[in-house]
Amino acid sequence: MILWRGREWLFGAPTFFSRMTQAYESLKQQATARQQALAGKPRVRIGTALCGQAAGGLEVADAFREAARARSLDATVSQVGCLGLCYAEPLVDLQWPGGPRVFYGNVSPEEASGLVEAHLVRGQPVWERALAVSGDGATVSGDVLTLEALEMMKGQVRIALRNAGHIDPADVHEYIATGGYAGLDRALSGMTPQQVQEMVGASGLRGRGGAAFPTGTKWRFLMGSPGPVKYILCNCEEGDPGAFNDKGILESDPHTLVEGMILAGYTTGASNGVIFIRHGHEGPVERAKAAVRDAYGLGLLGKNILGSSFTFNAEVSLVGESYVAGEETALMEAIEGKRSMPRFRPPFPAAYGVWGKPSNINNVKTLAYVPEIVAKGPTVFSGVGTERSKGTAILCLTGAIRRPGMMEVPMGMTLHQALEGLAGGAPGGKKIKLLQTGGPLGGVLGGDQLDVPLDFDAMARAGAILGSGGIIVADETTCAVDLTRVLMTFCQFESCGKCFPCRTGMTHMMEVLERICRFQGESIDLPLLERVGASMAAGSLCGHGQLGFNPVRSALRFFGDEFKAHIESKRCPAGVCNGEYLTPQRARR
Amino acid sequence: MQPRGDTLNATIRKALESHGNGAVTVLSSLLTLEDALGYIPPEAIEEVAHLTHTTVNDVWGVASFYPNFRFEPPCEHVVEVCWGPTCHLMGAPAVMKEVLATLGLNTEGDTPDKRVTLKFNTCLGACAQGPVMSLDHHLVGRLTPQEAGKRLSGVVGMKGNRSLQ
Repeated sequence: MILWRGREWLFGAPTFFSRMTQAYESLKQQATARQQALAGKPRVRIGTALCGQAAGGLEVADAFREAARARSLDATVSQVGCLGLCYAEPLVDLQWPGGPRVFYGNVSPEEASGLVEAHLVRGQPVWERALAVSGDGATVSGDVLTLEALEMMKGQVRIALRNAGHIDPADVHEYIATGGYAGLDRALSGMTPQQVQEMVGASGLRGRGGAAFPTGTKWRFLMGSPGPVKYILCNCEEGDPGAFNDKGILESDPHTLVEGMILAGYTTGASNGVIFIRHGHEGPVERAKAAVRDAYGLGLLGKNILGSSFTFNAEVSLVGESYVAGEETALMEAIEGKRSMPRFRPPFPAAYGVWGKPSNINNVKTLAYVPEIVAKGPTVFSGVGTERSKGTAILCLTGAIRRPGMMEVPMGMTLHQALEGLAGGAPGGKKIKLLQTGGPLGGVLGGDQLDVPLDFDAMARAGAILGSGGIIVADETTCAVDLTRVLMTFCQFESCGKCFPCRTGMTHMMEVLERICRFQGESIDLPLLERVGASMAAGSLCGHGQLGFNPVRSALRFFGDEFKAHIESKRCPAGVCNGEYLTPQRARR
Repeated sequence: MQPRGDTLNATIRKALESHGNGAVTVLSSLLTLEDALGYIPPEAIEEVAHLTHTTVNDVWGVASFYPNFRFEPPCEHVVEVCWGPTCHLMGAPAVMKEVLATLGLNTEGDTPDKRVTLKFNTCLGACAQGPVMSLDHHLVGRLTPQEAGKRLSGVVGMKGNRSLQ
């Protein structure tokens, strides 16, 4: 009996608390040792998220591998995610052992050989080619800025994006070495689910998918639902054109999402997690699958996580191309393998979700904040932002802007600061004419509305939504009517067809807008659009139809004159409309 | 050459057995087959119905809903051009016009010689580099019409292809 107890002591641990830390501590030691080994070799990091790929990042990565091989140089070439400086892609940073990281922007494959020779073989950074420098070490040359001093980085507060572009997303050890899974360890080793829920509640975190519902409250709903099988669904469908921050997080730091999901599972007593992504976005899909696999491999998923009594399983689920699949009940239908059409509510997901089990749906960005909040306490998040919108906004700036990219800025920053300051305003000395925010169903803001602060409520009062953080910028060369037509074509194409007011209403609105763009509009058209929009709002199950009139309403509010010019004077003030449309012929009608 | 008959059935079964797309459902099975074969043959619809204990009607309902699926053997190359709002603002219409002219098409679809499939995509996910297209699932951004035509010709090969001359 005594011997048996001895074995327990030997293989288990004296107390619940220290047993947990041991499992994590050994992971941490292993990770740190690997990190030190990595630091002893020259390192190449190349941005190969979707934005990097589109700029040619994969070819550049191959060129650097080849250049290192040609010199028999034992360098680590990592394909990292997105630092957010998409304007500078392909972005490469080179690091001599013990030296600073030197960032080179807009690198072509032809430059690889020279950069490797100079910086990694001879140890002499090519300063005249450098964009920025980061970390202590070698002396910094005169006019090269530090990474934090770059216009685009100034004023950013990176919580969810803390690792993006810095760590190798395929290497779980690098995530652990930079403090990853510490939040999970803290929760499992000494916090009750209630305490974690209170902590997330106290941080003031609100859902980043668009609805901005308090995350702590949402989790409490699921805590009250009966088990044992409950689901945490992570929504990375992200069909909003102009938004790529969910995909960006998955491609840059997938484990922050996996950790956030496990923490959500621990808090709510859920047994299963599903990461839900669109088929075809191969980068994010592969990163997510690899992250789940690696987490299983290290005992961070599965039975008795980190030696605790908590068990949680996760998988990646793919969906076909469907914008509406991002709606929570349509998402559950798609996971079940059906057409992604929304369900009636109630029952709400916390009572009857995927496979009929209680479920909770969170956006990628929401879950990505959770590990930091739990590891460092709620003030890390609540200390940033405004009274009602805590934390940061993760923005994707695209369109007519000098520095398109992804940034994480404190809530409360004005649009002007973000767009004119960080992103550099419209290129070529043009003026920003309009902003399209929160996805196609969000809203349009006039270029004179830039003093609106980034805050869920302030944006809503201004007639737009912050939504998932995508902001499409248009300059004076854009026709507001033409853009509205494109948005409506998108909405029509993506209507799932379940509710006929949305299905036929979208088509009707699109046809009217096409008519207006062809200068065949009539004075009755604007009231007609309004009536169709009202019917859709009244007769649709989900936001797609309910908000379907938003793009038109907000465009009319700021650019009513342009609509009138098309209808009454039969001309397009911006000179864009020419009656040619090349858009899909298909629809789910 | 596309597999036919028994070979096709064997390929379908093999793909379905080894699929790593989460729980086995109608949709996950169809996506797996689309990846493996490049299209959904009628045999696959029946096989999926059998595997998931549903009807051919249910499977067809799902397959016809998502624009991912095609029902004829794939062409050699697939070209996708993004028409999302960002790409539209950054010049997608001109890129699209050039791509259509290069391929000799009026709208999305297959070239008559079945060498290239053109698809319009609502978002390829690289909005910061718009306008964007994808050539055989390889993203190309910051396009001008000239660049698009050049890259397209490079991938599909001008020579010996009537529809491209």
